[in-house]
Amino acid sequence: MPDGQVLQFAELTKRFGAVSAVDGLTARVAPGQVTGFLGPNGAGKTTSLRMLLGLVRPTSGTATIGGRAYADLEHPLQTVGAALEASSFHPGRSAANHLAILAQAAGLPSRRIDEVLGLVGLADVAGRRIGGFSLGMRQRLGLAAALLGDPGVLVLDEPTNGLDPEGIRWMRSLLRSLADEGRTVLVSSHLLAEVQQTVDALLIISAGRLVFQGDIDALADPDEYATIVDAPDRDALLHLLDERGIGYQVLRNGVTVRHSEPAELGALAAGAGIALSSLQRKGASLEEIFLDLVSGARVHPSAAGDGPVAAPAEDAAAPEATAPDVAPARADWAAPDAATVETPPTPASEEQR
Amino acid sequence: MSLVAASRSELTKQFTTSLWWVLALILVLYVGFTTALLGLTFAGVSTGRLPGSSGPPIPIDGLAALVYSTATSVGYVFPLLIGTLMVTAEFRHKTLTATFLAVPRRGLVLGAKFAVGILLGLLYGAIGIAAAVGAGAGSLAAFGVDTALGSADTWALFARMLLAYVLWVLVGIGVGTAVRNQVAAIVIVLAVTLFVEPIARTVAGFVDGIDQVTRWLPSAASDALVGQTIFTAMSATGGEQPAWWVGGLVLLGYAVVLLLVGQLSTWRRDVN
Repeated sequence: MPDGQVLQFAELTKRFGAVSAVDGLTARVAPGQVTGFLGPNGAGKTTSLRMLLGLVRPTSGTATIGGRAYADLEHPLQTVGAALEASSFHPGRSAANHLAILAQAAGLPSRRIDEVLGLVGLADVAGRRIGGFSLGMRQRLGLAAALLGDPGVLVLDEPTNGLDPEGIRWMRSLLRSLADEGRTVLVSSHLLAEVQQTVDALLIISAGRLVFQGDIDALADPDEYATIVDAPDRDALLHLLDERGIGYQVLRNGVTVRHSEPAELGALAAGAGIALSSLQRKGASLEEIFLDLVSGARVHPSAAGDGPVAAPAEDAAAPEATAPDVAPARADWAAPDAATVETPPTPASEEQR
Repeated sequence: MSLVAASRSELTKQFTTSLWWVLALILVLYVGFTTALLGLTFAGVSTGRLPGSSGPPIPIDGLAALVYSTATSVGYVFPLLIGTLMVTAEFRHKTLTATFLAVPRRGLVLGAKFAVGILLGLLYGAIGIAAAVGAGAGSLAAFGVDTALGSADTWALFARMLLAYVLWVLVGIGVGTAVRNQVAAIVIVLAVTLFVEPIARTVAGFVDGIDQVTRWLPSAASDALVGQTIFTAMSATGGEQPAWWVGGLVLLGYAVVLLLVGQLSTWRRDVN
């Protein structure tokens, strides 16, 4: 198996007229882990990936695979496997013939066709016309094409689109095992929840700019936690908090007090003779942080862009300061975010316990 | 990733959809029908056995060549379409993404299409000629006119017709590369071959001077390459046509210029 390669985006920029689809993207994707490439629709994910693959010419900057541009790769399909969109097949061609065309161009033995079709679960429909395939089957065929050359790098654009829950689970375990073999796996998605369970590292872009880069654990701000407390006599509890000048918000699942430990609040309530019905610590919701990063309400130091290109994300993320502009952004926390507060503990928040 | 590998891949592309045999079937029917009709008419008129014929007398000499060359003079739109579709189908079905991922050196892809285009030109040329000879020789023989199949000149004609088919596929690849949009490319091909060129060349038959221009049109160049064709016979009043090899070079020139235009414009563009 070919080695996983480092993918490097350096000041990558693509402008369409006056619009910057990708704006000075500098990021590094390491082998041996699954990296999620996140951003809302239209953030520039697909354009970035197409520039990496030599399909779109950057306005400026470079995107390289193991230090080389895609067009300079000796054996492209044996180095990088890419699945971009589920619609780029000739509908009149069979799945096996679609792969045969690629295998011949890359000088791969034809037995690889049956192997990858078996791997993605399309062996039974190898001879059928792609025009009759469902979106999920096309996604699998795209993945088969990506795996054809047994490449060390996999670049997949929204690979779980159109897959059923079982297919999504299968895709996740496949990506995990590919990364565990030492390959570089870059997966784009517009939903954090979709990749959260799979990825080790994240690149988040918004409006063409990098807003976060690093391990998924670094996404959650360790300083950011809250305690949810509630009492049958809620008025007494609120009165106590008001008396002590402790800020809080009343949400559906209780009273949320930011930056305070359960022990403190428990002691406080005990001292005031208030019986509590609930007392629990909660880390910040990753989804919420993701949305804040994307909307610009929150700025993460890993996206500063001034540091050295290959700066390890861990270093950048460590001396984290709660950005002063986070607080105002949180002022309108109450109603729409009530749902996100309910989200089950994320891996990051579990770690903080 | 080599030209040989890319060409193999390209060849597989052409024969893994139904387009190739559908076009081959239509080519046989179209050329066969037209040739049979022309063969019967000309043979009937020139032997004087067709009653009520009023046109100019057609010499029996060279009649066979005239009939056989219908495969190119009428059938050239087929290799032209095949070449065009070789390129535009990739844009139409977005398969260019997969193609360029496998062969990121885009010039190599165009080179492979060129190589396979030559093969397809020979294949469709053989099919077209076979259809023309089958239908043409049959109808000539029906009137007792010499089929000239034993003549070396006739076989030299077939060789030039094969070359014309090859060149027309290459022109088609050029059109497809330069135009890129499949519907637009087909409309352009049909409009030019069915309206613009025939009208221009017909007008040139009556108006002096215009033939100085129209003889350099692609189809006129193709007729010059092939030799005796129905169009050159009809515009017999027109001046002498260029030598066969000049016609071939002009046709090749169209292919090369269109390919260069495509290579420098659409072929370098972003693939989305």
